[in-house]
Amino acid sequence: MEEFTIPKPPRTNYLNAEYGLKSWLLTKDHKRIALLYLGAISFFFFIGSLYAMAIRLELLSPQGDLVQSSTYNKMFTQHGIIMVFFFLIPSIPATLGNFLIPMMIGAKDLAFPRINLLSWYIYMLGGIVTIYALLAGGVDTGWTFYVPYSTTFSNSYVIATGLGIFINGFSSILTGLNFIVTIHTMRAPGMTWYRLPLFVWAHYATSLIMILGTPVIAITVLLVALERLAHIGIFDPAAGGDPVLFQHLFWFYSHPAVYIMVLPGMGVISELIANFSRKNIFGYKFVAFSSLAIAVFGFLVWGHHLFVASQSVYAGMIFSFLSFAVAIPSAIKVFNWTATLYKGSISYDTPMLYALGFIGLFTIGGMTGLFLAALAVDVHLSDTYFVVAHFHYIMVGGTLLAYLGGLHYWWPKISGRMYPEGWGRFSALVVFVGFNLTFSPQFILGYMGMPRRYHTYPADMVSWQVLHVLSTAGASILGVGLLIPLFYLIWSMRYGRIAEANPWNLPGLEWQTASPPPTENFLITPVVTQEAYEFAPPEHKEVVGKFERQQRTEI
Amino acid sequence: MSEVATTYEAGAHSALQHHFENMEQQREAGTLGMWVFLVTEIMFFGALFLAYTIYRYQYPAAFASASNHLDIRLGAINTAVLIVSSFTMAMAVYSTQVGKQRNTIICLILTMILGATFLGIKAIEYHDKYRDHLIPGQLIPGHPFNPAVAKPGDTDEHKLHLVEGATVHNVELFYWIYFAMTGLHALHMIIGLGIMIVLTIMAWRGRFGPEYHAPVEISGLYWHFVDIIWIFLFPLLYLLGRHLEGRIG
Repeated sequence: MEEFTIPKPPRTNYLNAEYGLKSWLLTKDHKRIALLYLGAISFFFFIGSLYAMAIRLELLSPQGDLVQSSTYNKMFTQHGIIMVFFFLIPSIPATLGNFLIPMMIGAKDLAFPRINLLSWYIYMLGGIVTIYALLAGGVDTGWTFYVPYSTTFSNSYVIATGLGIFINGFSSILTGLNFIVTIHTMRAPGMTWYRLPLFVWAHYATSLIMILGTPVIAITVLLVALERLAHIGIFDPAAGGDPVLFQHLFWFYSHPAVYIMVLPGMGVISELIANFSRKNIFGYKFVAFSSLAIAVFGFLVWGHHLFVASQSVYAGMIFSFLSFAVAIPSAIKVFNWTATLYKGSISYDTPMLYALGFIGLFTIGGMTGLFLAALAVDVHLSDTYFVVAHFHYIMVGGTLLAYLGGLHYWWPKISGRMYPEGWGRFSALVVFVGFNLTFSPQFILGYMGMPRRYHTYPADMVSWQVLHVLSTAGASILGVGLLIPLFYLIWSMRYGRIAEANPWNLPGLEWQTASPPPTENFLITPVVTQEAYEFAPPEHKEVVGKFERQQRTEI
Repeated sequence: MSEVATTYEAGAHSALQHHFENMEQQREAGTLGMWVFLVTEIMFFGALFLAYTIYRYQYPAAFASASNHLDIRLGAINTAVLIVSSFTMAMAVYSTQVGKQRNTIICLILTMILGATFLGIKAIEYHDKYRDHLIPGQLIPGHPFNPAVAKPGDTDEHKLHLVEGATVHNVELFYWIYFAMTGLHALHMIIGLGIMIVLTIMAWRGRFGPEYHAPVEISGLYWHFVDIIWIFLFPLLYLLGRHLEGRIG
């Protein structure tokens, strides 16, 4: 009798195609570069989290008893710089985006593999320069580098840190450039623009911000460094310069940068919501174009950071209006995700838990943003913990949750192994609880008047201390919730259950190749004949269910 | 369409990278990449143009006085040099496309000579500014910004002739923007010359031909961009105070 064996996927994949340190450091494979980024970004995230814990510990008590105020200034500055420039901005694009965009569009690699590798080296160089600045004595200007403090009065390593950020910016520019060109020119036959997964649309919008915004911050940081070095007077009123010009230039990048952080997260969430509801996304084109709308509006709202910085009240009104306008495309996304859930076949796997958490937290973060965009309310809330809570709801509740959700969702594709589902769900819940406990008290604190960047507060304000203690307790829970995935994801790389090519049984192109994929992604260039998220094309008799394919008549 | 696709695949060019389907896709990706890069460059210079606009609006007299002190003859010669270099660059692209290797090399070398001439003239101008103590701030240690201001009736060219309402402080701001913008522009020229050397060597080895000319084309885009930046810089920096000539002195 003849034995019939199911043909196995080729044993050679991108992970075992070559061995040795050199094969990693000189790789031009987008998937390996994504893993290089994953390692580096995790390292910076760890450092940034340590600073966050130190800040929370200091605020447990009203007195400045853990560190001195100058040390505290350095801690929150370095927390901000590392988290913003070295974790949040590259997080999803450089790891998940790098890994998945070519696979999702059916390409063998990004358009410029060497530039992709170069961007990682630039990122590392910027990181090393920044770490040097931190070790040499640190920097205490706040991540915003406001002049004249940063140019004249600060006695810390402003130039070295600025240089690190300047260098790092080019890595971001090159990543954005690579994505735009790849999405334009490398799509597989049949992969039309409206068949692109929404993850790709979100990254296209993100890349636009990266290439248009990042050069401006680069030249601005350069100007600060030159001003500090040679006192040429461009931001110095004594020489006829204007310090507010710095704020305009800084926020022209740094406000859109918020959308660099959250747009890729929204792309991940669109994937998760559609795929774990096993439904075509509701309003595909609206979700796709709302990403572009956010990118465009994002460039027109920087003035809402200058409401109390001598900006004319009329300019303030326009910026306030435009900031409200950003809520429209953001709400379109939230409503469409919710509508997708309706009558969906929802499964509560770990990625979906993160996705549902994202929707709630992003909504809170976005709505509190509207408080801050309202001129009169902002005067009261400016530079308080309300602002801190607001942007952490977007950056941590939004970007970090999406990043973790995406990492779990594509982990079988990336590593070829399943993560432990029970631990995954448990840690997702711990993260959600810990996050809310950390940051929701800060809304109240800010409303009550606790300013940001202070390391002491009045001892007789018992309610303030209670809220701070709650926040610190939450941060500890959040910390534990983030350590659990660190351990089990590393564990699963060796001991996890072997993943099939398509463990979630999904139609996306990235699932139609082996796990882990071969170096060239697809052995034969795929020809795309379906729309994105096509779970049940009407002409098909079979419906893709989570565990098995069913006949239409059975359901 | 399918026929076209197969012919490309059949004659895979040695310069075709593994992840592209054919030379056409590779050329498209490269060209689009350069255009996107140029967009980032516009934003890079854009912040400086913004600073220029704001301070010129605030201190028109100082900007006019400082601008009048720039050497308009050298600036104009440099503009002509750069425009001609753009022409030779365009000819280099054309020669590559039609497969005339010798002409490509000649045009590239001519472009390099013109680019170097521009940088030489720029260096003379910078030296003049150094001599007149017009380098802003403490950019050069021990040689601070300290120009000699001309009294009414004094026609010494080396001295700074201030228009009514201008202060030396604000003139310093102009020179700071002048050095930032022309310096950044010169840096781009130097990078361009580096690219041109590589192209010349590649052309010398016969790497280009009618099927493969993307690198020359793409570098041409870059060179023309650097040229255009100067086309904006020249009137903004050199010509803005000329109509006030009569009021000076």
